[in-house]
Amino acid sequence: MADMKFTKEHEWIAVDGDVGTVGISEYAQEQLGDVVFVEVPDVGKSFNRGEEAAVVESVKAASEVFAPVDGEIVEVNSGLEDAPGTVNEDAFGGGWFFKIKVNDASQLDELMDKAAYDAYIAELD
Amino acid sequence: MSGGASRTTHLHELHVSLGAKMVPFAGYDMPVQYTGIIAEHRHTRSGAGLFDVGHMGQGRLTGAGAAAALETLVPGDITGLAEGRMRYTQLTNEHGGILDDLMASKIGDAIFLVVNASRKESDFAHIAGGIGSDAALEILADRALIALQGPKAAAVLGRHAQGVAEMKFMTISAVDVLGAECLVSRSGYTGEDGYEISIPGESAVEIAQTLLAESEVEPIGLGARDTLRLEAGLCLYGSDIDETTTPVEAGLTWSIAKRRRKEGGFVGAPVIQQQLADGPERRRVGLKPDGKAPVRAHAEVRGKLGESVGEVTSGGFGPTVDGPVAMGYVKSEHAEEGTPVDIMVRGKPLPATVVKLPFVEQRYFKG
Repeated sequence: MADMKFTKEHEWIAVDGDVGTVGISEYAQEQLGDVVFVEVPDVGKSFNRGEEAAVVESVKAASEVFAPVDGEIVEVNSGLEDAPGTVNEDAFGGGWFFKIKVNDASQLDELMDKAAYDAYIAELD
Repeated sequence: MSGGASRTTHLHELHVSLGAKMVPFAGYDMPVQYTGIIAEHRHTRSGAGLFDVGHMGQGRLTGAGAAAALETLVPGDITGLAEGRMRYTQLTNEHGGILDDLMASKIGDAIFLVVNASRKESDFAHIAGGIGSDAALEILADRALIALQGPKAAAVLGRHAQGVAEMKFMTISAVDVLGAECLVSRSGYTGEDGYEISIPGESAVEIAQTLLAESEVEPIGLGARDTLRLEAGLCLYGSDIDETTTPVEAGLTWSIAKRRRKEGGFVGAPVIQQQLADGPERRRVGLKPDGKAPVRAHAEVRGKLGESVGEVTSGGFGPTVDGPVAMGYVKSEHAEEGTPVDIMVRGKPLPATVVKLPFVEQRYFKG
């Protein structure tokens, strides 16, 4: 898997070619607790960076998942409909939300790498 | 945790040592979960869960006129309480709204009170100011309060206290637990059989640790307490009931005795009697979303013509139901069981149905 980049809102994106797979971080799933519902976007829909693209609901509350870069949704993880708990069990793997065709690769440079993100969440605790 | 000095219960260090995730709640630093809300919820429905509810307010009304004095503030039958019996009732305001909901129990010459944490200061001020000179209020700030809930609760507590297994739902008794003089009631907030135990503060940790050492018992946080009570159809003060909702609108008329309905004599009685006679304009109902998406408090409820008919007051995921569950207020003409409605979530109407509460059958011990 390609290198992961992170947003301040705790999404991760791993780009392979011009398609990025997006999910939420291990830290985010821990903060949310048991995930009970995930709403993924329609394939073909386009988002600007920072727009709400998906929703993740824990027992306690609903949270938005934002598009980390501009692009078009090319695939969604439909398995989360029946098994939303995958987000807790495998946040960086099987718990991915959607794949987005990256319009502008330079936007990836503005995201945090793993070391920077780890430092960022250490500050939050 | 950041900011503000937060209060703690007698069991605070125990929660931290058990690895609880602590959150601020009603001015206290409280455990929201230990292992996870869903696992804790399921454990309470199958085994026994130990809850720290020591943030709640405990008080004692004494004096020859204690029961009659309390009746001027609540619509429940207090003077008719037999020794060792407990009642659920509400402190009302002049508009018939609910200042708080509470438990009142008769123990000897006293009425023992348990009120909500977020309301205790204002409740006790209201009670002290309203009972006149024939009664006195003592605030029991030094006592802890725990709940042991679930189908195994009776077997567990029976190992450490005499006579508790035979107690019936909504009774209370002074019981020696590990040498401490406790007040044990067969009651709770989960829909399951179980107990609430008022403990002298200095004995709280020992009793909690002894119960937790039993193989059937796990510690349960406030997160699961909320999902359990929601499935059981029980109101959360500040969400499902408040100063703007009356006991009649909230579906709590079962807690207003016939004599009190007729005689009145409590704050807000004219409004409540009028609603009892005419029916309220809105009612609290269960709402079952047809799909899998949870609906949350404050979501708008619409009729099938798109008109606004009410609002969700509590909603989320019910682990035992294994799906979304909610309650809220709807106009009375939409309150009938089976009425289809839409609940607005992120701008979209999600189909839902008005259902009877509770979502999960209550399993109280009635002997």
